[in-house]
Amino acid sequence: MAVKKIKVDYLARVEGEGALHVTLKDGAVRDVELRIFEPPRFFEAFLRGRAFGEAPDITARICGICPVAYQMSAVHAMEDAFGVVVDAPLRALRRLLYCGEWIESHVLHITMLHAPDFLGYESAIAMAREHQAEVERGLQLKKVGNEIVQLVGGREIHPINVRVGGFYRTPTRRELAPLAERLKWARDAAIETVRWVAGFEFPDCERDYEFVALRHAGEYPFNEGRLVSNKGLDIGARDYEAHFEERHVAYSTALQSVIRGRGAYLVGPLARYSLNFDRLSPLAQEAAREAGLGPVCANPYRSIVVRAVETLYACDEALRLIEGYQEPARPAVPVEPRAGSGYACTEAPRGLLYHRYALDAQGTITDARIVPPTSQNQTSIEDDLRAFLPDWLGLDDEALRWRCEQTIRNYDPCISCSCHFLRLELERG
Amino acid sequence: MAKARKPRLAVWKFASCDGCQLSLLDCEDELLAVAGAVEIAYFPEASRAMAKGPYDLSLVEGSITTHHDAERIQEVRRTSKHLVTIGACATAGGIQALRNFKDVKEFISIVYANPAYIDTLSTSTPIADHVKVDFELRGCPINKLQLVEVLSAFLAGRKPVTPAHSVCIECKLKGNVCVMVARGTGCIGPVTHAGCGALCPSYHRGCYGCFGPMETPNARALGERLRALGMPPDDIQRVFRNFNAQAGAFREESERHGG
Repeated sequence: MAVKKIKVDYLARVEGEGALHVTLKDGAVRDVELRIFEPPRFFEAFLRGRAFGEAPDITARICGICPVAYQMSAVHAMEDAFGVVVDAPLRALRRLLYCGEWIESHVLHITMLHAPDFLGYESAIAMAREHQAEVERGLQLKKVGNEIVQLVGGREIHPINVRVGGFYRTPTRRELAPLAERLKWARDAAIETVRWVAGFEFPDCERDYEFVALRHAGEYPFNEGRLVSNKGLDIGARDYEAHFEERHVAYSTALQSVIRGRGAYLVGPLARYSLNFDRLSPLAQEAAREAGLGPVCANPYRSIVVRAVETLYACDEALRLIEGYQEPARPAVPVEPRAGSGYACTEAPRGLLYHRYALDAQGTITDARIVPPTSQNQTSIEDDLRAFLPDWLGLDDEALRWRCEQTIRNYDPCISCSCHFLRLELERG
Repeated sequence: MAKARKPRLAVWKFASCDGCQLSLLDCEDELLAVAGAVEIAYFPEASRAMAKGPYDLSLVEGSITTHHDAERIQEVRRTSKHLVTIGACATAGGIQALRNFKDVKEFISIVYANPAYIDTLSTSTPIADHVKVDFELRGCPINKLQLVEVLSAFLAGRKPVTPAHSVCIECKLKGNVCVMVARGTGCIGPVTHAGCGALCPSYHRGCYGCFGPMETPNARALGERLRALGMPPDDIQRVFRNFNAQAGAFREESERHGG
């Protein structure tokens, strides 16, 4: 009876601290555990007793890679609780800010974290020796995303300009104009990026996922929409907890989300794309087709192509928003706290991010619940490994380990979004 | 002639959001030059190649919140010639130091269904509470230009230039109108360490202290001023008790206000 273990003690090129343990027995996969040893930071606990207006600043600190997502879910949940609707130009600015984060985060993953797997390098820096033009293009494209977040949000990491009801200060048309010029370059660079990654080699791996994403009446989703799936889900954010549950199970290292009664599901670029292809701009649709993607993509290795298509969309959409931008009459709408609960889902680069807050009459938070995308994808990541590993058992140990890592990196997992993750002592062997 | 050995750089993560180490990857214009000047020996967020120590320079992000990490930082110190902490978590314990004011057991039970699985310390503490630190770079997050300055200074063998005066000076240098004087907006810029470029006042908002206390701050006088402006005591406590809650002057001032 041959038992073999594959261990990756410290997963590289992911945000945060995780490990993978796979046990093979007689050539079959016996156990797959994605272990998260990110120390918990207890955000939901210390949010209790804080003022509603602090939620966007505090929850941003859950993740340095996608702080805008946390700020957006927080402000929308608070506005839901208080019955506040922001003015149209403020809504457009929030969308622009989110475009910036998608570009920054997606290109970081495409170029710096994921492409090296396809081309056989340890890192983007090592890759730059032979692919300098592509790495430099990636860095400059990422920079354009950061420039949007910097101008609209104040700084790239943990923006300071977002508040419940809108912003502290809104940019003038003149301030946004130089961004439009940069974005025209970025749009071309994004098209080249789609072509570049479409040329990579992809294993022929597809699974029958339940895709879950927002869907909006007229837009590719960022901040608003119904929560839908390809298997019949169609709910508002308020009903999230009735349909999804988080499990804190002994064998696992983290809270894992499942759809009640059905099990694992998938959030993020593949899900958004497959549920919203018809909402992409014509340019993004054309680039997707040219890259060989259909309107649905169920191969997680091709997520790098979908991320590139979404990057192109975000550039295109940011340009549209800047061209149509009307300077808001006021930087924020008035907000009057009242007792109640607020709910919101927005689309972080890695997928759905759910926030719920209970508030007292003064707007003090009495309870908070946050479900980040990576905890929702954990079960799917493990299921991918279980499904695909049997075909790779002929690989040598190092190649097999690398392939497992790549499979996890398909999800761009953000382990630092750690409010829900457990610590686990590493079993060293 | 043999080429001089490049200094070996390591980047370590403890309890944190990854934002400060991301600042290095956010140096889009400088990253490849930095990678040319040093050997990036250990930086798991960017590379799966993880070379063993010793390292010439270690950048440490995050605070100490677990027994395992309290041991790990000792090992990092042993293998590092120079150790620089980056960001509010590493220099002051971070937002997760809010547990220091409460019972951590209650925190665990709020978040987790099975508290028995959780191994955590009752406090979140800065790296300097555990090992000798050669230089501290402040901010939540750090300013990436200051990070490039720290790396350049290290390569040149000089002390980094990172002013320790208050955010007020940065406002004056930018020509900002004072939000507290002109609009009565609560602002803790007068006691906050410079480095962000007076971002919040530039966006018509009061500073909320991301960079922690400046050198020799008079937080008590500012607390009195905020009270006089009509800021409720709970709000004064909260603004001193966020990302640098454990830093001496902010901690003491937060304890003078609120419930």
